[in-house]
Amino acid sequence: MRAMKTVPYFLAVLFAVVLGVTILSQAYGTGGISVSFTKVLGMTLCLCLAALAMDLVWGYCGILSLGHFAFFGLGGYMVGMWLMTARTEAVVRANMANNVIPPTEAEISQGTALQIFSVVGAEDWPWMWAVSDSLFLSLLLVVLIPGLLALVFGWLAFRSRVTGVYLSILTQAMTLALSLYLFQNDTGLRGNNGLSGLQNIPGVSAGQSYLSIWFFWASALALALGYVGSAWVVSGKFGNVVRGIRDDEQRVRFLGYSVEGYKLFVFVLSAVICGIAGALFYPQAGIINPDEIAPIASIYLAVWVAIGGRGRLYGAVIGAALVSLLSTYFTGGRAPDVNLGIFTIQWIDWWPVLLGLGFVLITLFAPNGIAGLFDKLVRK
Amino acid sequence: MMKRILLALAGVLLLCAVPSGLRAQTLQDILQEDPELVTDASRRTVGEVLERLVESELPNVPEFLSVWQDRELYFRESDGLFYYVEDPDADELTLIDIDTGEVAGTSGSREIDQLRPNRGVQTVIGSALVQFQLNADEPRVRRTALRAIDRDPEEEHLPLIRELLETEEDEDVRNAASALLTKLTIAFADSDEARVAAIDTLRGNISIEARAVLNPLLATRTEVAETMPEDANIARELEPGSDDLPLADAYEMLVAAELAPPLITDEERLDTLEANIVDGRVGGIPLAQLNTEAARERAYDALIASGAAEAGSTEAEIAEIVAGYAFYEEYRESSVAVTDAAESALASIEGSVALYNFLDLSLDALSLASIYFLAAIGLAITFGVMGVINMAHGEFIMLGAYTGFVVQSIVPNDTASIAIAIPLAFAVTFVAGVAMERLVIRWLYHRPLETLLATFGISIAIQQIVRQIFGTLSRPLSPPDWLAGSVEFNDVVSISSIRIAIFLLGVIFFVALWLILNKTRLGLEVRAVTQNPAMASAMGINPDRINMLTFGLGSGIAGVAGVAIGLFAQVVPDLGSNYIVQSFMTVVVGGVGNIFGTLAGAALIGFLQKGIEWMNPSNTLAAQTYMILFVILFIQFRPRGIIALRGRAAGD
Repeated sequence: MRAMKTVPYFLAVLFAVVLGVTILSQAYGTGGISVSFTKVLGMTLCLCLAALAMDLVWGYCGILSLGHFAFFGLGGYMVGMWLMTARTEAVVRANMANNVIPPTEAEISQGTALQIFSVVGAEDWPWMWAVSDSLFLSLLLVVLIPGLLALVFGWLAFRSRVTGVYLSILTQAMTLALSLYLFQNDTGLRGNNGLSGLQNIPGVSAGQSYLSIWFFWASALALALGYVGSAWVVSGKFGNVVRGIRDDEQRVRFLGYSVEGYKLFVFVLSAVICGIAGALFYPQAGIINPDEIAPIASIYLAVWVAIGGRGRLYGAVIGAALVSLLSTYFTGGRAPDVNLGIFTIQWIDWWPVLLGLGFVLITLFAPNGIAGLFDKLVRK
Repeated sequence: MMKRILLALAGVLLLCAVPSGLRAQTLQDILQEDPELVTDASRRTVGEVLERLVESELPNVPEFLSVWQDRELYFRESDGLFYYVEDPDADELTLIDIDTGEVAGTSGSREIDQLRPNRGVQTVIGSALVQFQLNADEPRVRRTALRAIDRDPEEEHLPLIRELLETEEDEDVRNAASALLTKLTIAFADSDEARVAAIDTLRGNISIEARAVLNPLLATRTEVAETMPEDANIARELEPGSDDLPLADAYEMLVAAELAPPLITDEERLDTLEANIVDGRVGGIPLAQLNTEAARERAYDALIASGAAEAGSTEAEIAEIVAGYAFYEEYRESSVAVTDAAESALASIEGSVALYNFLDLSLDALSLASIYFLAAIGLAITFGVMGVINMAHGEFIMLGAYTGFVVQSIVPNDTASIAIAIPLAFAVTFVAGVAMERLVIRWLYHRPLETLLATFGISIAIQQIVRQIFGTLSRPLSPPDWLAGSVEFNDVVSISSIRIAIFLLGVIFFVALWLILNKTRLGLEVRAVTQNPAMASAMGINPDRINMLTFGLGSGIAGVAGVAIGLFAQVVPDLGSNYIVQSFMTVVVGGVGNIFGTLAGAALIGFLQKGIEWMNPSNTLAAQTYMILFVILFIQFRPRGIIALRGRAAGD
C-alpha cells in the first residue's frame, strides 16, 4: 500500500515541474530555458521512466537485469524506423515533385530506400522495415518487440531457474549480443550509423521549440502513467507476492504460487515500459545507434536505481534524475573548474572518478540510497 | 719403351692441338664467318649462328647472347666488327671489344648500327641463353634459369627441362625442375595422356603453386545458344536469374549475340517519354496520369506506333525471352579428359586443404580459447571460488597491460622488460586487489549484487584515472623479437609465436593455480573458508586473511594476463571493458567454483566462436552475436555450467 500513498505527492511534484518548465519554455513562456535544455529535461524524464521499470524488476522482484537498455533501445529503433522512413519519403517526394513526369509509388519507395540505406551499401528495404510506413503499426511494435524479447528471454531463463548473479550476467550477454548484432551493416538497421534525423517529426511544421515542449509533456505524461501503473501493480496482493519472491523465492513457491509466472509478468511489463521510454527518448535525442545499448548503459541504469533507493518507486526516479542531470552538468563543460592552487580540477575529467567513488560510498554507507535517507527523516 | 714414348708424344700433341684449336677462335671470329646472320637475323636463319656459338663453348657466349637479346649489340659498317657500347645514350659512343671487354675506341652514333633483333629472334636467342644457363656449373645459375622459365614458360623449354632432369644432381634444382616439368607438361604436352598423367601427380599437393597450375585449366567462359551444344566441353548449365547469372546479364548476352532486341530500361523509357511531350501529353496521355506503370506502358506503346520510339524489350519482358535459350559455362580447355583430371585433382587438393584448414582453425580456436582463459582465470578465483562479482576485473587486466607499458618505456630491452613486467604487474594488481578487498568488498560479502555496483563504480574511477595519466591513445607494448614471427607448418597451417606463448602461459597458469588450490595449505584454507567461513574460523583459520589473499591472488593473475593481452591487443584505458562480459560468460558457462570449469568454458567459447566464424568468415561481429546467443541457450539447459559442483562444495 505504501507505494500507492506516494502517488499524489509524486504527481504533484511532477505537475509542478511541468508547469515550471512550461512557464520558462520558449514556446509558451518566458523563454528562460533553452530548447536544448528542454530536450535534456524531457530525456531525463524518459530515463526516470526506464529507472522506474528497472526498480520494478529489481527493487520489487529481485531480478537484477543488466540488459534493460536493450528494451529501451529497441523501443527507440522501432519508432525511429517510422520517423526516418516518413521523413526521408517526404524529402524524396519533394525532390521528385519537380520531375516532368510524375513519379510512380514504386519509384518513390525505391528512392527512399536508396536514401536511407546507401550509407551501408544497400538499396532495398530490409524485411524488418516492412511496417515502417505505418505510424500505428510502428507504435504497436514499440510495445510488442521489447515485450516479446522479454517474454522469450524471461521464459527461458526463469523456467530453468537461472537466478541472481547468473541472470544478471545472462541479461548482460543479451544486450551485448543485441548491440553486436545491430553493429553489423547487413542486418538492416544501418549498422553503426544507427538511425538519425529523428528530431524532425514528419507532417509537423512547428519548430523545435514547440516540438521540444510537446515531447517534454509526453514524457511527463508517460512517467506519470508509468508511476501510477507501477504503484498499482506493486500494491495489493500481487505486489505482496512479488515482494515475497524477492525476499524468498523458494518459500513463495512452496506456498503454491507460480513464481515463474509472476516474475515473467513483471519482467515483460518493465520491458514494455522501457520500450515506451526509449520511443519517447530518441526523437528528443535525434539519433540512435548500437552504442546506446552496450552493456554499460544498462549497468548505469541499475546504478541510478541503487543510488536513488531500491524498492521505492520515487527513489528510482530521484536517482535517475539526479545522476543524469548532474552528469549532464559536469560533463557539459559549464561547471566551473576548481582551482586548488597547485592543481586545477577540471570537472569533465574528474566527474567520472567522483561518480564512481560516489557509487562505492552509497553502496557502503547508504544501502537504501537517497530515498532511504529520506525515509529515515520522514519517520523521525 | 717405344710404346710409352709414342703415348707421351700423342698426349703432348693432344694437349697442344685441342686448346690451340679453340684458342684460335674468338667470338668475333665466329661471328665474322657470316656476319649477315647476325645483322639481318631472322627467326629461320638465326639457328645456324647460335649453333656455332654453342659449339664453340666459349665462356663469354651467354653474356653475348643476353646483350644481343636486349638489343644492345652494335655493328660498325666501316670495319665490319661487332661491339658492345658502354652507354647507349651518350652522344659519343664508347665501343667495347666483345671478346676482351676492353675499350676499343669511340664512335659517333651515326657511324654505327644498333642491332634490333625482332621478337621471334629474341625468343630463339632467349631459349639458347636458357640452355646455357641450365648447363651452367653453378646450381644457383641453373635455379635462376628455372625461375626465368617459370615466369615466362614456352613450349621449347619442355625438352630442355627433361634433359636437365636426367643429369641434375643438386637436390634443390632437381625439385624445382620437376615441379616446372609438371607445369610445362600440363600446359604444352602434345598428348592428353601425358597432360593427364602430369595433372595426376599434383593430387593432394596443397601448395599454392599446384593450385595455380590447375586453376587456369578450369577457366570457363559463359556462352549462350538456342540449345545445349553436344560437342563442347561444358562445365555446367546456368540458370538465368540465379546468383551466378542475373537476369539482366543473361539478357545482355542475348543482345550481344544479336539474338534479342536491345533492352529498354525503365530509365531510358522515362527519358524517351520526357522527350516526346506534346502539349502536356505523351502519346495522348496527360502527364499527370503517368504516375503508374500501366499508363507509362500505354504511352510508350503509342510512341512506338507513331514511330517516335524504338521497340524493344522492357525489363518486365526479358525473363520470358531469356527462358527460351540455354546458358552454360564452357571450359576454355577443349579436352574433356584434361578438365576432368584437373577437376578431380583439384577436388583431392581441396580435400587436403580443407583438412589442413580445419587444423589451422583448431589452432586459431585454441589460441582464442587461451586468451579467454587468461582473461577469465583471475575471475574464476574471485567470482568462481569466492563469489565476489568484481566488475573491476577488466580494469586489473588493463592495469597489468599499462604496467607492462611503463616497464617497457624504462627498460629498453624487450625481453628483459617483459621478464620484469610480469612479476611487477602481478605485484601491482595484487596490491590493488587487496586494497579493494579490505576497503570495500569485505563489507559486502553478504550482498553480492551490491558488490557488483560498488566494483562497477571502482572500475569507472580506475578507468578515468588511467585515462588522465596515460591519455586515450593506444600505447604500444611490443613483444620481444623472438615472439614476433610465426611458425609455419605448410602453406595452409601457421600460427604466430605470440599465440603459442599465450597458450603456454595459459597452461602454466592453469597448472600453478591447480597446485595452489589443491596441494598447498593456502589452497586448503581457501576452500575451507569459501565453503563455510564460520566453521573454518572455528578451526583456527583467519577468514579475513584468507579472503584478502585469495582476492589478491585473483587480481594479480588478472594483471599478468594483462601483460600477455597487451602484447597483441591495443593498450587503451577501456581495454578491460572489452573482456569483462566475455570473462563472466566463460566462468558461468564453464561452471562456477573450479578452474577446470573455466578451462572448459574458455575452450567451448573459443572453439564455438571460431567455428561460427568459419561458417561466415567475413563477419566476426555475427560470430560473437551467435556465440552469445548460444551461451544464453546453453545456460538454460545447464544452469550450473559445464562442470557443476555437487554436494556440499556446491553451496547454495
